[in-house]
Amino acid sequence: MSHPILKLSGITKRFGQVVANRNISFDLNAGEIVALLGENGAGKTTLMSILFGHYLADEGQIEAFGSPLPPGSPRAALAAGIGMVHQHFTLADNMSVLDNIILGTESLSGFKIGRSAARKKLAGLMERFGLTVDPNARVRDLSVGEQQRVEILKVLYRDAKILILDEPTAVLTPQEADALFHTLGQLTAQGLSVIFITHKMREVMAASQRCIVLRHGEVVFESPTDQTEPKALARAMVGADIPRPQRHRLIPGPTVLSLENISFTGRDASLKGVNLKLKSSQILGIAGVSGNGQGLLADLLSGLVPDFEGRLDLKGNPMRKLTPASLIKAGVGRVPDDRTGTGVIPDMNLMENLASENYGAFSKFGILNFKAMARKAKQQVAEFDVRCPSIFLPTRQLSGGNMQKLILARELSGKPEIILANQPTWGLDVGATAYVHTRLRQAAENGAGVIVISEDLDELFTLADRIQVIYHGRLSASMDTDEVDREELGLIMSGQAGFDEKEVAA
Amino acid sequence: MMSRIRLEPRQDRSVLRMVIALVSAVVFAMAVCSLLILWGGASPLQGWLLMFKGSLGSTFALSETLTRATPLIFTGLAAATAFRAKLWNIGGEGQFYIGACVAVMLGRGADAMHPALLIPWLFAAGALAGGTFLLLPTFLKTHLKVDEVVTTLLLNFVVLLFVNWLVFGPWKDPMSMGWPQSEPVVDPAMLPVLIAKTRLHLGFILAVVAALLAWAFMTYTRWGFEIRAVGANAVAGRFAGMPVNRVIIRTALISGGLAAMAGVSEICGVKGYLTTDLSPGFGYTGIVVAMLAALHPLGVVASALFIAAVYIGADSMSRAINISNYIADVTTAVSLLSVLVAVFFTQYRIRRS
Repeated sequence: MSHPILKLSGITKRFGQVVANRNISFDLNAGEIVALLGENGAGKTTLMSILFGHYLADEGQIEAFGSPLPPGSPRAALAAGIGMVHQHFTLADNMSVLDNIILGTESLSGFKIGRSAARKKLAGLMERFGLTVDPNARVRDLSVGEQQRVEILKVLYRDAKILILDEPTAVLTPQEADALFHTLGQLTAQGLSVIFITHKMREVMAASQRCIVLRHGEVVFESPTDQTEPKALARAMVGADIPRPQRHRLIPGPTVLSLENISFTGRDASLKGVNLKLKSSQILGIAGVSGNGQGLLADLLSGLVPDFEGRLDLKGNPMRKLTPASLIKAGVGRVPDDRTGTGVIPDMNLMENLASENYGAFSKFGILNFKAMARKAKQQVAEFDVRCPSIFLPTRQLSGGNMQKLILARELSGKPEIILANQPTWGLDVGATAYVHTRLRQAAENGAGVIVISEDLDELFTLADRIQVIYHGRLSASMDTDEVDREELGLIMSGQAGFDEKEVAA
Repeated sequence: MMSRIRLEPRQDRSVLRMVIALVSAVVFAMAVCSLLILWGGASPLQGWLLMFKGSLGSTFALSETLTRATPLIFTGLAAATAFRAKLWNIGGEGQFYIGACVAVMLGRGADAMHPALLIPWLFAAGALAGGTFLLLPTFLKTHLKVDEVVTTLLLNFVVLLFVNWLVFGPWKDPMSMGWPQSEPVVDPAMLPVLIAKTRLHLGFILAVVAALLAWAFMTYTRWGFEIRAVGANAVAGRFAGMPVNRVIIRTALISGGLAAMAGVSEICGVKGYLTTDLSPGFGYTGIVVAMLAALHPLGVVASALFIAAVYIGADSMSRAINISNYIADVTTAVSLLSVLVAVFFTQYRIRRS
């Protein structure tokens, strides 16, 4: 085995009473890809923040290339050759690829930016690692996969020897993800090392040589990937076997929602002639790479779009216009993708958030009956297993999983006939994800029609009865989940299949 | 490696820490101003003692402080209510004068009315006018996305110039010996004085009652709930089916109404007639009052009293030891800045590396 180039020993970090990292030690070798797994709140982000000097460890030390890394200095981490590729890109859309890459590396004292030298260095990097992007292209014109390549090049340009990627495949199609793994292989073949943070088993198995699992701030599992069972990994992450929702076939009932040739233009995207039929006791999955119009579809079905063209029938009634209030009244449960921005009011307490859609029911002569509201909230919190010390806690203090349970409690406890869930498990840990899946499945079993919009194909395969793919604002035909495979969906998701024949058919 | 200072978010928030922060901020502000008093050639200790005596040390001093606090409570509530909904009403000064104008317009020739009817009528009409006046910038905000900070601020000057025209022109009192002031309102329109031989009037009680009502409204009513929700996260409010624009318009009516009540109260409680210097910036100071109170309606009473005491005390001190009464402005300003910093430190802590 080669020499470790990065060595974390005994890292401990406390926030008050909470221990975020407890005595974490691991090595990274040259030319190695390590997958770092863990539920949300397991301490991955804290650990990376310590590595990058954003936080100070209470105990322990970090060695890079044999010499200790001074704590609390982001600059030292960069100088030691550690680079981070963030999940949300940090690129300036309106600048060229080249300018984005050199941004921040120019010397402050001179006026010259030195573009030609930079261009030469960049060309060298592209050739060496097989990462090609047009250096003159504007970032906003690039695909998401290309933008990620720019992020990686940006890190390489700063002479990084150790790359850390935070959930790098969240925004990619399966094909793009495979291309990324190929790139990572090329990087490590040339002696660079990679840590990638993920919670998708498939990626760990496909791309890493070693996997490390964090739980409650501790390393609980470490093993070469080829000697590891995915099941063992999942168990290590949650500390128990995860209940998988059983997708036994449901018999769909009557159509509860139908969209015929729906079109409208949003601020920076549009829907073009979308057709969709949702039946009761059915889960319809909408697959697609982020930014292809699924946000607009969710907005439409949440009542946030004032005008649209086409015909929309809600429980058999043609609707000219949808508003949040009319949907709530019609029994549509809506789970938005942006929990803290749209789903809850973080500064208000749990009870107030649970009542935010039906506070009118607690109002008499304009005065709210907080006692009744609290009683109802306590019952909902218990029913949906929201872990909280009190219903008067500011909602901001909940973890992502508990916040999502809170939203489910609000949206599902009225037994809605139609449910729209947009990225319902985004950023959730395995346990909370399983909980959300079980709840949605249960709702469908009890007769609800459920639409799940997700960028995670695994999620749709476990959950959905039928799948439609959204691409550039158009929806593909509806497919039986049991009759499609990942490759086929991947092609439709990148627009290479599925749409022409549908247009002919339409 | 050099030792460096960094900020870390705190995991917990405690009420005790908030109180300590507010108190130490005011102490810090007084310490800074002590240096200024020293620089002015007087003893800070004597200065603060004089300020204390001049603002709270006697029945008369206290009555003056409460009189000064009265309009500040109203304008502070106006700002606190609007800001709670993220409606940035900087137009309290203009709404104040609208209220004052209405009080004078309706109160000049209203002899026939009994005070028990006339006074509520003047307050109601003034509040309605002030609230309506704020609707114009609010509609521009809700329907055309025009920034209300700019429109409400600029309307202050429009109103002030309008008042200027009134007191130099059509409303000018022929008995004023050339001074630009309106005719006074009739006697039954004047608010009863609470303590004989002082200026303290019923308006103070009304202001405190308004604060209590505002607090109950925000805390217990459906409309208050909507205002808090829309202000804290309008996107989530809209998603939950709340009528966001209607909530903001309602807030504007309340906020403009409260600011206008300050104007009515100054006309009917103190001056009796309209001039262009009726308000030494009560509308603007109301914003400071609201911020110092962290937008809490009951906190507004406390911070209005504090600011009024500083101003009245500074006036008194400057007469006694010849330190400019601008020290009041400086004290208020430094207090506000240090309170804002202190509130920040209740949310973050400093770590040294």
